[in-house]
This record gives sequence, structure tokens and C-alpha cells, in this order.
Amino acid sequence: MKSNMQLAENKNSPKTEPNKQINITAKKSLANWRQYKTGLLFASPWIIGLFVFYAIPLFSSIYFSFTTYSILQPGEFIGLQNYKDLMKDQLFWKSVYNTVYFAVFYVPLGIIFGVALAMMLNMKVKGMAIYRTIFFLPTLVPHVALAVLWMWLLNPGFGLINGLLSTIGIEGPSWLGSETWSKPSLILMSLWGIGQAVVIYLAGLGDIPEDYYDAANVDGANWFQKTCHITLPLLTPVIFFNLVMGIIGAFQQFTLPYTLTQGKGTPANSLTFYVMYLYDNGFKFFKMGYASAMAWVLFVIVMALTAFVFITSKRWVHYQGK
Amino acid sequence: MDAARKKKVSRFSAHIVLIIASFFFMIPFIWMVSTSLKPLTQVFTFPPEWIPKPVKWSNYIDAMNYIPFFTYLKNTIIITVFSTVGAVLSCPIVAYSFAKLKWPGRNILFVITIGVMMIPGQVTMIPLFLLFEKLGMVGTPYPLILPAFFGIPFYIFLLRQFFMGLPDSLREAAKIDGASEFRIYWQIMLPLAKPAVLAVGLFQFMASWTDFIGPLLYLTDSVQYTLSLGLQQFQSQKGSEWGLMMAVSTMMTIPVVILFFFLQKTFIKGITFSGIK
Repeated sequence: MKSNMQLAENKNSPKTEPNKQINITAKKSLANWRQYKTGLLFASPWIIGLFVFYAIPLFSSIYFSFTTYSILQPGEFIGLQNYKDLMKDQLFWKSVYNTVYFAVFYVPLGIIFGVALAMMLNMKVKGMAIYRTIFFLPTLVPHVALAVLWMWLLNPGFGLINGLLSTIGIEGPSWLGSETWSKPSLILMSLWGIGQAVVIYLAGLGDIPEDYYDAANVDGANWFQKTCHITLPLLTPVIFFNLVMGIIGAFQQFTLPYTLTQGKGTPANSLTFYVMYLYDNGFKFFKMGYASAMAWVLFVIVMALTAFVFITSKRWVHYQGK
Repeated sequence: MDAARKKKVSRFSAHIVLIIASFFFMIPFIWMVSTSLKPLTQVFTFPPEWIPKPVKWSNYIDAMNYIPFFTYLKNTIIITVFSTVGAVLSCPIVAYSFAKLKWPGRNILFVITIGVMMIPGQVTMIPLFLLFEKLGMVGTPYPLILPAFFGIPFYIFLLRQFFMGLPDSLREAAKIDGASEFRIYWQIMLPLAKPAVLAVGLFQFMASWTDFIGPLLYLTDSVQYTLSLGLQQFQSQKGSEWGLMMAVSTMMTIPVVILFFFLQKTFIKGITFSGIK
């Protein structure tokens, strides 16, 4: 928005004699043209990338979703049949349920824990680099290894977690082996890998000017007041960003459940997530038309949720300087 | 209590809280390292033995023989290095153009870029796969490298925010001195944006290093596998070599941990949201 105003200013600024003005405008438009050219040239890798890797695939997947396309067969146009079949597909609905269940718990919990951790890691104490690295560790461990580690930790027989629970007299559930506990287990694992979001919150905390806290200290505000009236409101743009990214991420859950169950979504499909089912359809059963229809349903869901978050954001997101 | 003492107490309690929380985040990592040094018979004992007796260093050597470790390592390094170079070359210059240069359609294109950031990767996954198939690139590492050279929306967004925060005065001064736009970008603005470029580089490095679905889709021949795919080979019908698997995982994790430890401060400084409006 700022740049628009600057452009307008530039246009109005030359208030000299008429004949000189023509000369100046000519020169100016030449200079502008040069800048347009450089601007476009600098942006050209992305303009190409946007078309080749995003726009064209996006629109061709609409077309594929109306066909029986697979790598093995050219496929024929079948209109809305894929979408009709989806509505009748039990496993599709199961995967929607699993994914929504995961998102409903993971996204809010992720924000609460993420902000809390970031605030802890923003304290001014010695050795912070070590603490920050520790909290970031889980995101650095390869997913396949992570899956195996959690299978051990949550093992009902010899796992550490049930072992600890039994010492305080609680008989732990069978976690990943149980239909009711498999999704909570996955939420727990995902929360553990929250480091990337924490880094972004940390950056947001770093952007809050120190003056606000100084002023609050002069007024005798306590920690709780400072958190509620300075930190959290000024962090809302970052929370907003992470909320949107969190929703998208939750709906794209793939690697962890895939490696945990070797792609099977066990037990009783309770870990069959939307994208896992999409992947199976596209690359195991080669029903690429069907999988493209699934991709578009996902796209519409995610876009609708994002739009909803954007609309409500006016009520709760505060930008500095406004 | 005087002020200095109060400060000391609050600092002390901060450490206590941090240490307790760190503990939870460390357990699986410690277990990974500890398992990587255990013989198979000790892996499933309860209560777990945190320090293996005896320490089986040979797991590391056995792991490197169990899978073609150095081939996979080389493949992983090639993909990671090239895709990181690609992202670091393409994203800043595009972001700079969005932040500092004026051209028609710029603002609309930026809004589209943010929109693209929100498209789930799976929506474009199938057409992209077919595109690379047509180009004869399935079964090569190119699909995992090439797109990075054409810009990645999230990184462009982060870098654009950073460039927005840099003053225009430097740019104008250099312009009066007759420097070309490219020189201004390359010699003045890009060095100033180092923290953001570093953040983007590190993000891409980590994403590429542990990527699973990309190699799973595009690398068909086991000669081209990356380490994250290779890890799966320790699990087989005959039984699983847990100690060896964890040895490879540890070797994969340590370099990134060291990188993060030394770069974290600059890395966090490079991410800024103050320009969003």
C-alpha cells in the first residue's frame, strides 16, 4: 500500500513550466519503463515457476478430476463421476473424520504450546542457544526414525510412557494399538515437533519494541499484565500466520502416520489420513483421476477455512502502528 | 528482598523451568543415540538402560555396510546442496523485486504468491508428477532440485518482509552514483539481507535433508535413494535392525543440530513479520 502512495506522489510532483514538463515526463516514463523491465526481469524466475509448478498443475488437476486418468491408461472424460463416487466412499469419509479430528485438537494446542515455549525461549538467560537447539531437536530428527522412536516410547509392553504411568499406579492404554488412542498419540507426537512454529513465534517476539515493556514497567505492570496487554496483542499477526499454516499443515499430515503404519493406517484405518488415502489412490492404485478429485475437495476445504480465518482476523489481529 | 537478589531468583527459576521442559524434548533424542550404541538384545529391555553396556560402537560401521550408506549420503548431499543453492539464488532476487522495484501487476502477483503458499502440495502433486514423467525426469533427482531454482512462495514472502524493512536511502544513494539495479541488489541490498537469506537457506536445507515424500515419489531406482528412504530398509520381514537404523539417524541428525546451534540467532533475526499490512 505504501508503494502506491509513493507512485501517486511521484506523478504529482513535477509542477514546472509546461514545455519543460513534457521533457521531464518523457524522461520519467523512460526511467519508469526501465524500472518495470528490471522489476519484471528480477521476478521472472518466479513468474515462470508460478506458471509451470503451480498454476498449470493446479488447473490441469481440475481436468484430471473429471477423468479416469491413470499412468497406465489415457483415461476418458466422466464428468462428475469421481466426485459422486467419493461421496459414497466409506474410507474417504473415514479419512476426512480422522483428519478433522487431528486438526481440531492439534491446531489450537499447537498455538498454545508454541506461544508458551517461544515466550520461555525468549527470556534473557545464559545458555539460551543450547535451550533453543534442544527445543528444535525433534524437527531435525528424520521422520522415519521419529516414527520408530515413538513406537517404542508408546509401546504398551516395554514403552517408557506406560512404564512411567504404572509407577504412579495408572494402567496406560495401548496407544498406537488402540483405535481410540491412536489419534491422540499422533497429536502428542506432532506437538513434540513444534520447533519450526516456535522459531517463527520467537522472531515475532523479537519484533516487539522494548519501549513498550519499559513504559509498562514504569507504570508498575506485572508479568501477567504485560503478557496480556503487550506481548499477546502484538504477537497476533504471527499467531495469525501460524494459524493459517497450522491448518494447512494439519490437513496435509502424511509422513508421520505413513511411516508409523507402513502406509496402512492401522488399527482399523484410525490413522488413515486424508493425504495418505489420496496418495494410495494416486500412486498405489493408479486412480489418478479419483485422487485429483480428492485433491480438489481438499483444496476447497482448506481455502474455505483460510478465508474464514482471514475474515475473522480483522477482529483479533492487531498490527503495530495501527 | 533487594532488586538484585530478586533478579537472581527469577533467573534461577527460569533455568529450572527451561531444564524441566528441555528434558521432555530430549528424551527421544537421547534414546535414539543410546539405541544406536546397543546390541539388538538390549534394545527392548524394561526399565530401559540409558547407557548401553558394553557400548557397541561397531553399530555405526555395520550400518554403513548394511545399506550403501555412502551412495545414499552422496545422493542426499547432492539434492540438499543444489536445492538450497537454487532457493538462495532465486528467492531473494524475486523478493527484492516485490519489495523495492516498481512494475505493473506487482501487487497483484504478490497477493497471488501468498495465495499459492496456501495450496496444499498434494493438489499439484499428481499433475507435477505427470509433467516430470513427460520430461523423462522420474527416476532422477531433478524433480527434487529444479523447482527450487524458480522460487518457493514461503521463502519469497519471508525475504520480501525483510527487504521491506531496509531503508530506501541506500538504494537511492547508489543510484545517484550510477550503479545498475543488479549491482545495487547484489552488492548492497543482498548483503544487508544476510540473516533472512540464511534463514531461508537453513529452512530449505532441513526440508530437503529429511524430505520423505519427494524421494518416495520420484526416486525409483535404489541407487538414487536418499538417507531418509534408506532408513526404511532397516525394517524388513526378517526382523529389524534397530540399533543400525538409529546409528544412521544419529549421523543424519548431528550435522543439522550443529548448524542450528551456531546459526540460530542470525536465523531468528532473519524472520520478520513487521512488514505485513
